[in-house]
Amino acid sequence: MSDLLRGELVRLTAENPEVMASNFFLWYQDTGWVRFLDTDPSRLTSEKKWKELLDKDLDKESKDEIFFAIRTLESDKLIGFIGLFELFKHHGDTLVAIALGERDYWGKGYGTDAMRIMLRYAFYELNLRRVGLIVFEYNTRAIRSYEKVGFIPEGSVRRVMQRDGKRWDFKYMGILREEWLARQAGEVNDQ
Amino acid sequence: MSIDTQLFEGKLIRLGPINHEKDPDMESRWTHDLSLMRALSRQPALPLSVAQMKKKYEAIEKEVDESKKLFHFTIRSREDDQMLGFTRIEWIEWTHGTCSLKIAIGDLLERNKGFGSDALQLLMRFAFSELNLYRLSVVVGDDNQAGLRFFKRHGFVEEVRRRKSLLRDGQTWDLIHLGLLREEWQAMQGESHHE
Repeated sequence: MSDLLRGELVRLTAENPEVMASNFFLWYQDTGWVRFLDTDPSRLTSEKKWKELLDKDLDKESKDEIFFAIRTLESDKLIGFIGLFELFKHHGDTLVAIALGERDYWGKGYGTDAMRIMLRYAFYELNLRRVGLIVFEYNTRAIRSYEKVGFIPEGSVRRVMQRDGKRWDFKYMGILREEWLARQAGEVNDQ
Repeated sequence: MSIDTQLFEGKLIRLGPINHEKDPDMESRWTHDLSLMRALSRQPALPLSVAQMKKKYEAIEKEVDESKKLFHFTIRSREDDQMLGFTRIEWIEWTHGTCSLKIAIGDLLERNKGFGSDALQLLMRFAFSELNLYRLSVVVGDDNQAGLRFFKRHGFVEEVRRRKSLLRDGQTWDLIHLGLLREEWQAMQGESHHE
């Protein structure tokens, strides 16, 4: 278990503000992508402003958030990010969020691999009891990926978002430590 | 409902602004009831001194002023203007017409007298008829059965159970999301008019 942050397709890394800024600057102009990610309306932010925002994060010692970039093993390309937020260590609970800004890498297992690494980090390093997430009901690709790594539906916040004249649900999903451990044991037995 | 209406006047209580002289003493006392703190937040329950409470009130008014995503009201007795609790509309997302609610009656002896119900009814009318929001959310732990019953009695529907999200006193509890949609609230208004 020496390489906790390395998976089969990707690894999770910490990046400098200017690196993330140059990627966010491009990704956030892709409004289709933003609509899978955020309830806030899309806005266009300059690379300079992104850098300032991320510089500010350097100074604040956030205890309830953990953020990693996702890089491919094959070419070291930075394709997205994954993070924990609403991290309540005293309850052993957190929410996870993931996004791949590079569309060429969608639907090929990169996100699923990154999520598997993050769960391993959450359960083996942070010793959390559960990991939860929120996904928009129209993001069916993401829901399939989350099911694949073992997240279980926990209900829907009804009609909480309005887009294109329709109202949409948030789906909540979660995986308990014991469920994840059982899956690990199962995967070992399969081999 | 007439346009010329007092939105903050209930039957037993009224919603009012913070009184920076009187209220810090009272609310500091309430924060020493950790069960109340636990019901309101997942952060570790922590009592606040009167001085800390004064600072907090200043921070609240600053946030209300700057963020435009928050309303904070004290709940006061119509009889003697005593502060009985507080209520908040938080995390307003104007784009989607959504928000979260919090409501607290501070003193254990003042609970179950209808003050909370009275305040929630004012809050619902304010959120739907004045702010034009579409839905209200509350998050309640499974360790707060009185809170769950309260919101369900007022029409909130259980939507999500985040399994074992709370760890308290060596026990785990689900975190429950409840919601009320505008059309559900309107249907209830119709019923109460027929009564």
